[in-house]
Amino acid sequence: MKDMNMETRVLIQPNKIEARNVQVYYGDNHAIKDVDVDILDKTVTAFIGPSGCGKSTFLRCLNRMNDTIASCRVEGLIKIEGEDINDPRVDPVQLRAKVGMVFQKPNPFPKSIYDNVAYGPKIHGLTKNKAELDEVVESCLRRAALWGEVKDRLSAPGTSLSGGQQQRLCIARAIATSPEVLLMDEPCSALDPIATAQVEELIDDLRSQFSVVIVTHSMQQAARVSQRTAFFHLGYVVEYGETSQIFTNPKDPRTESYITGRIG
Amino acid sequence: MAIKFILPTTLVTLLLSQGAAFAQEAAVAEAALSPTLQRLLFLAAALVFLSIAFVMGRNRATAMRNTVAMMHSLPGFHGAVAVQWGALGAFAGVIAHAITGYPMGMLGAVIFAVALALMGVAYALTTIKPDFRARTFTERSVMAFLILCSLVAVLTTVGIVASLVFETAHFFQLYPASEFFFSTVWNPKFGGGSSLGIWPLIWGTLYVSAIALIVAVPIGLMSAVYLAEYASPRVRSWAKPAIEILAGIPTIVYGLFALITVGPLLRDYFAQPMGLGDSSSSVMTAGLVMGIMVIPFVSSLSDDIINAVPQSLRDGSLGLGATPSETVRKVVLPAALPGIVGAVLLAASRAIGETMIVVMGAGAAAKLSLNPFEAMTTVTVKIVSQLTGDTEFASPETLVAFALGLTLFTLTLGLNIVALVIVRKYREQYE
Amino acid sequence: MKASSLLTQDPRTKKRNSAEKRFRGLGLTAIVIALAMLVWLLISIVTAGSPAFRQAFLTFPVLVDQTIVDKAGTRDPALLSAVTTLGYGKLLANSLRAEIAAKGIDLGDLKPKEIAQMISEESAATLRDLVLADPSLIGTTIPFTALASGRIDGFYKGRVTMETAALDKNTSPAQLILADRLLDADILSVKFNTGFVTMPDASDKRPEAAGLGIAVVGSFMMMLVVLLLSLPIGVAASIYLEEFAPKNRWTDLIEVNIANLAAVPSIVYGILGLAIFINFAGLPQSAPIVGGMVLTLMTLPRIIIPTRAALKAVPPSIRDAALGVGASKLQTVFHHVLPLAMPGILTGMIIGLAQALGESAPLLLIGMVAFVRDFPGGLFDPATALPVQVYSWTTRGDPGFVERASGAIIVLLIFLVVMNATAIYLRRKFERRW
Repeated sequence: MKDMNMETRVLIQPNKIEARNVQVYYGDNHAIKDVDVDILDKTVTAFIGPSGCGKSTFLRCLNRMNDTIASCRVEGLIKIEGEDINDPRVDPVQLRAKVGMVFQKPNPFPKSIYDNVAYGPKIHGLTKNKAELDEVVESCLRRAALWGEVKDRLSAPGTSLSGGQQQRLCIARAIATSPEVLLMDEPCSALDPIATAQVEELIDDLRSQFSVVIVTHSMQQAARVSQRTAFFHLGYVVEYGETSQIFTNPKDPRTESYITGRIG
Repeated sequence: MAIKFILPTTLVTLLLSQGAAFAQEAAVAEAALSPTLQRLLFLAAALVFLSIAFVMGRNRATAMRNTVAMMHSLPGFHGAVAVQWGALGAFAGVIAHAITGYPMGMLGAVIFAVALALMGVAYALTTIKPDFRARTFTERSVMAFLILCSLVAVLTTVGIVASLVFETAHFFQLYPASEFFFSTVWNPKFGGGSSLGIWPLIWGTLYVSAIALIVAVPIGLMSAVYLAEYASPRVRSWAKPAIEILAGIPTIVYGLFALITVGPLLRDYFAQPMGLGDSSSSVMTAGLVMGIMVIPFVSSLSDDIINAVPQSLRDGSLGLGATPSETVRKVVLPAALPGIVGAVLLAASRAIGETMIVVMGAGAAAKLSLNPFEAMTTVTVKIVSQLTGDTEFASPETLVAFALGLTLFTLTLGLNIVALVIVRKYREQYE
Repeated sequence: MKASSLLTQDPRTKKRNSAEKRFRGLGLTAIVIALAMLVWLLISIVTAGSPAFRQAFLTFPVLVDQTIVDKAGTRDPALLSAVTTLGYGKLLANSLRAEIAAKGIDLGDLKPKEIAQMISEESAATLRDLVLADPSLIGTTIPFTALASGRIDGFYKGRVTMETAALDKNTSPAQLILADRLLDADILSVKFNTGFVTMPDASDKRPEAAGLGIAVVGSFMMMLVVLLLSLPIGVAASIYLEEFAPKNRWTDLIEVNIANLAAVPSIVYGILGLAIFINFAGLPQSAPIVGGMVLTLMTLPRIIIPTRAALKAVPPSIRDAALGVGASKLQTVFHHVLPLAMPGILTGMIIGLAQALGESAPLLLIGMVAFVRDFPGGLFDPATALPVQVYSWTTRGDPGFVERASGAIIVLLIFLVVMNATAIYLRRKFERRW
């Protein structure tokens, strides 16, 4: 019943992001080859694949974080709501406000918990006064399931939290700019199982509002949290489809080998 | 075997008799040779002597190795042992005479040293046995030498502190400490009755350093930010060393620059038109030039420190849609702040201790004034002026330089320690 | 909010982007200012100093007149050396006037004394030394090149003009006019001045004769002392601290100590040298040996730091390999680690030496600022040093010395550039990434 429900939802969601024929080069190294992927709105999409297959690189294309790497060159078309994000008129600053990102290692700023979350709204001018800002901070911390743990020490430094709490703080920080897409680059790789479970629960919850793209090493995690899965291998997208279909009935032999543990 | 044993012994006796004869001749020749040449000859003779000791020790050990099954150490190490004993003997001889004031005269000292050296070598030769651990012995000596060398740094500090404290105590016997620390007048007179209050000098020092930092900190910090966050690798690869050239230029060059270029410029275009004075040496001159000198001290260290801020913090900020400058101002610089404070403190200590620029650019008049275009003087300038020329170590006018030196040393040491501790803590935080 | 397009910038983003540009511009400006200061500094010193390498000379035949230098005609050395430079000055002046008359040059209304004033007093001393060394010259006419006086020299470098000469008691416009005529007649010439780097210092009134010879020799001697002392001591201390020292409170103290010594103001080392080497140990003032030792103490911590870094850069696998074949710890260090670290150590050493070469403040206190006319024969004889010579020239009255001081800085900078270039070359050539 639950599966059924999910599939219908997936089917009715419009495309949030369309990527066509994307190529990425690091210097002479051709890291991403001919990638076509459509990301649906209000859906969790998982990118899986062996290390070095390009899944993180492709993720970073989606909010142009690759711009910060001098040797990196991106070709092809990536559209968000029909707008080419590599258009010269696009300001990456605005793009990134719309497409938020959570990183592999928790990276809270060396500021208070409050200031960490308030950072995005402040720089983008999303709130008019302190009261509004307080409200945003509280609601984001609540959504990140962190409010109960930190409400009494909002002025403590973000770095004083535990690893799992730090990562949830980073998620709270990312959703505070009210993005439309949330990119997560192996968000649980530095966390213990309990913290991982909390973050996964949170991701499932976030789906109601955002389109979430998650890169993960763990196939179980992909199976648990995502509705759609793309399998990356050597820079190519080998297979992309419903998560249940990828895991139960892969079409490509390489996907099957990976899922059964023969490559990776 | 017997012959091989006799040979070195004969050599030693021969050397002894030859040495005595040589010493007599040397006494005659001494008057004819310049002291420098004598020293060189002495050094050369010592080297030759030690080489002979080495060869004798090694040959003897080689000979023994041919007769026994196994020796602990290679022959070379036995030679090295002979050198060590010989050198020790000679050194002991020289030192014993030097501290007793040459009771037997220069010539007697030489003979005494030579005799001791020979005894040392002779003893070393008797130690050559298959089971003698000559390598261990040599390694221990080398180790002792290494430790001794690393103590030179400590001894330097002890020497600095001891000489400063000793002479300062001497100074305070001749001149009241309360006057030195609380008087606001600096007016040394060479017939006695001087006023030696430190405050005008401290004021000048701090004023010049403050101007230097006002110039250097913004320029240095912004350069560091640009180099670390914006510059392409190509620009960075030449701009960073180019700025660091400023740190490699001797301070005398800055001093001359202050004297012939900056001083007259400031006087003609700022001080005189504004009616603030007509001296080309001024606090402003020295401060500006010193500021230029200090730029690389701020920029290099800040650049290192900014680079030590983890990339993940920048990614986090950029990923939220911050512009690079917002990332720098709101994330990178606050994270790097302790390190940057350390860099600025080091630059301040550098400015306070700087001598040539202020000697040539700031002037010599000890004044408590706010006008930056007036000539004032600093602690370092007065150390130089009180200690150059004919220095007689009995008058307070000369000895005050040591009290000034101690003040300067304490001030800069304090700044350095605080800065080093801050920087070290900061580095550990991101390791 | 949702409707906003990525293709158009909202006003806030525009504002933020212009703040971005301003900030970036500020950073670039800072770099440009820093580099402009460097360029300004170098240009100002080079323009002020380059004239020191050119010099006005007067070339004319000199009759070594027996009636002046050897009235008795006995060639008795005692009597010959009783004639002072004043007499030889007269000799030069007479010969110059004779030459002017012979070439038929218009003297204007210059008195003989004013003509004599155009020749450097230093040249009289040079001529005297020449004649005393070879008395057979007496009575003959010899070709001689004399230094023009400082004012005439300054006239050809723009330092002296007709206007300033009119106010100057040491020269007059008429002298300058005559100098121009002498230039046309090839008696006066402006040539490259080798004497500037070979001659000793000259007194207050003779900037035209002041040279860097003793300062160069003195600096060289001190660098020799620094090298011979600080290389073994610095390397030995670094090896101990990096390879052998146990990690305890004592070695920690030594480390903190070295870091602090590297930041102690250089003048404090001068005080140390004065108190310990001169007052306590009784070594002579102004001697290169004392200067060298003071600079060694100052340079040591600055050498130990890069040396330790070079030792640290040698990977542990090398040490393990040597220890694995049964070498002792000391053999490992001296046979394997030290040779591999040598390029880095040498680079640090050269840079340390370059710093020591440019250092002046501590040398002022140990008397290197004294006026020295005789070349030092050894490390214990009085000498000066390049940077200190610059300083002592700036304290003199005659403006000709400013040009000399700047010229000396050019010489100093050339030495530093060569040393640093060598260091960079060594680093590039032997740089190894493990």
